[in-house]
Amino acid sequence: MANVHQFEVVVVGAGGAGLMAGLYASRGAKTAVISKLYPTRSHTGAAQGGISAALGNYEEDKPEWHTYDTVKGSDYLGDQDAIEFMTNEAIDAVLELEHMGLPFDRTPEGKISQRPFGGHTNNETGKPVRRAAHAADRTGHMILQTLYQQCLKNKVNFFDEYQVLDFLITEGGKTAGVVAVELATGELHTFHAKAVIIATGGHGRIFEVTSNAYAYTGDGAAVLLRHGLPLEDMEFFQFHPTGIYKLGILITEGVRGEGGVLINGNGERFMPKYAPSVKDLASRDVVSRAIYTEIRAGHGVNGKNYVYLDVRPEAVNQYAATDGRTNPDGSPYTITGEQVLAKLPDIIDFCRVYLGVDPLTQLMPIQPTAHYTMGGIPTNKYGEVVIDSKNTPFPGLYAAGECACVSVHGANRLGTNSLLDLVVFGKHAGLKAAEYAKQAEYHNLPVDAEAGARSQFEALRNGSGKENAFTISTEMKKVMFEEVGIYRTGTIMESALDKILELKERFRHIHVTDTGKIFNTELLNAWELGNMLDVAELVTVCALNRTESRGGHSREDYPERDDHNWLKHTLAWKENGKVRIDYKPVVITKYQPKARVY
Amino acid sequence: MQVTLKIFRYNPEADKKFHYVTYTLEAEETDRILDLLEYVKGYHDGTLSFRRSCAHGVCGSDAMRINGRNMLACKVLVRDVGTTITVEPLLGLKVAKDLIVDMEPFFDNYKKVLPYFINDSPLPADGRERLQSPEQRARFDDTTKCILCAACTTSCPSYWASDDYLGPAALVAAHRFIYDSRDEAAAERMHIISETNGLARCHTIFNCTMACPRDIQITKAIGELKMTSLTGKLD
Repeated sequence: MANVHQFEVVVVGAGGAGLMAGLYASRGAKTAVISKLYPTRSHTGAAQGGISAALGNYEEDKPEWHTYDTVKGSDYLGDQDAIEFMTNEAIDAVLELEHMGLPFDRTPEGKISQRPFGGHTNNETGKPVRRAAHAADRTGHMILQTLYQQCLKNKVNFFDEYQVLDFLITEGGKTAGVVAVELATGELHTFHAKAVIIATGGHGRIFEVTSNAYAYTGDGAAVLLRHGLPLEDMEFFQFHPTGIYKLGILITEGVRGEGGVLINGNGERFMPKYAPSVKDLASRDVVSRAIYTEIRAGHGVNGKNYVYLDVRPEAVNQYAATDGRTNPDGSPYTITGEQVLAKLPDIIDFCRVYLGVDPLTQLMPIQPTAHYTMGGIPTNKYGEVVIDSKNTPFPGLYAAGECACVSVHGANRLGTNSLLDLVVFGKHAGLKAAEYAKQAEYHNLPVDAEAGARSQFEALRNGSGKENAFTISTEMKKVMFEEVGIYRTGTIMESALDKILELKERFRHIHVTDTGKIFNTELLNAWELGNMLDVAELVTVCALNRTESRGGHSREDYPERDDHNWLKHTLAWKENGKVRIDYKPVVITKYQPKARVY
Repeated sequence: MQVTLKIFRYNPEADKKFHYVTYTLEAEETDRILDLLEYVKGYHDGTLSFRRSCAHGVCGSDAMRINGRNMLACKVLVRDVGTTITVEPLLGLKVAKDLIVDMEPFFDNYKKVLPYFINDSPLPADGRERLQSPEQRARFDDTTKCILCAACTTSCPSYWASDDYLGPAALVAAHRFIYDSRDEAAAERMHIISETNGLARCHTIFNCTMACPRDIQITKAIGELKMTSLTGKLD
């Protein structure tokens, strides 16, 4: 073993959660951050609209309201102790980002500016509240850049463009490290560690139309699954209402926060029918279903599967007047084209580049797009990975960010809580891992640490070649989007599962043609496809298993939420080629489940 | 429609020198150049190597030369460049394989300008944010947009001539902090970029501004830094 490194803490992934974990872990322990991308390429950078905290910079707001909104948004599947923990930390977390230099937009008094977002409300009046702290429509970009910059300032060790392939466990079931391939050379590297933090992001690339980066292939979740660890609530995936038609590129909810409205093919504003109180600012699952319901009723544009988002200033002003929307000082809300451009510059740019549409004068064609992984690696609120229904921690293993399931998002995540999640839980995972590492020993590495990684690669190189990986990938994305998407039914998902299993079998017959070592991206893409197929299988099995509708999981054959049978988290293991399912209770502190109306 | 895609190929493990391979594909005018590269990799030649991630112009992975100009392959469509398309790696950085260049020298230059917020004064006593007016915030807005794709630096003839020049992207990073009213290390950064490998190497060619996929007015930003270096004034 030529390339062995030793670090007390190893962080896998360098998006917001990984960087935050790296920053905090490195203050207390010798730490390395390993990432398959250059850190600034991570998908946190694509987040647009904002990060939520009850700063109250324009109007009254409280962490308790943020808690309740998040619980309600989660359709009561979020763990309320963890949600309360997150919303109580939110204000300090956002202020800490500002203290790190993050260039938030400002109020006239020079404070951090905030905007309305879906499901963010004043709990007393039920009216939208300005809770999303923002930097134009590139808040995630600013967070990613700022955290990377702070890591440079604090001399965090980075291994850029190293793909982690395997997790190393002792015979006694303790963390020993990870194995990664250095993309530039093809060499395997063993990272001997006391603690490992997984921060590898979500798996939205299993779906055809998605806002997610190519890198979002569920690597961390799949690696742990192969080692016999469970994943939680994998049936819950968020479809964001407004993706650019066909491409899936995200159009932030901030567009509706600034007054944009959804219009069907008949030119009608339809959200008041579905969410009479907050209308276009209802929770994402509610809005995505409303769009699909309109499309199915034949109200798509030109009979096709898309509708319009309208942020033309004169239209916004007209709807704002109808809704009686006001500024914080009580004056009527109005917006100009210049203000739209200043607040949403990237959205305007995306529409002009990809659609040839100018949102200041034209309507944007949109459709729901696969956006966010609510499920994932089960953790407690300190980022410790837990492995059963009793929440037993796995020694030395942590997870944070989109790959983790704390669960603060439950069955449906509120907009802007993802950026908050990765800052808060990235920090705590880093702190906990460093604390653990200080009192733990290095456990012996397996005799041949690289064996697992090597054999995975060999399998991909030795296939017969009668199947094409790109074709398998395309078929998987299509079946997942169409049959395990926004609306789900048992019989259709059974056929989807057969298809995924067929694709998994065919995957054994792909053959990586690139025999080189330097930047063998064909080999890596094939390995990622294996992860996606494993994750897609689990998503489908868990979605079939949950015979109710809750948040992002909508069963047409079981249209009601069923708290009596299903107010519980799913845990799923892969054992002897089969998926095994168990459950754990939802933590309920203050808020008993009730009907969810927006 | 049919497009002809001519791609620069170089595999250091097999080739003595680079060559071009031409592929003929069916495409739509709204396809991204990145979509075409994915298709070639998926169905014509799996060994074709390039970087990509977000696929909509915000991560900065896939900067390359398309018909001779630096662009992001995910942010340019067939209808923007026509049906005869040549794709080559960025100039001025060593080619590692096909369209992938060695980014290390680029990031090394970035790191030289102290590209991080520095303010060692005590935080506001109430623990809240440091105040900054919308006007102060607007002063450096343009340069906060940088995604470090290297399209600017590798379009700069001064950088081609000498890769010890910091290059436009590093100067953009310096600008982002120097004009931030909350930051306290402007003088230190001005000192670094006023060395011979810094501002003086910019000859106002505007290639960087033309290349920037985020529409940052890079030449203007460098001009402001030059003015500050002459006058010592930040406004």
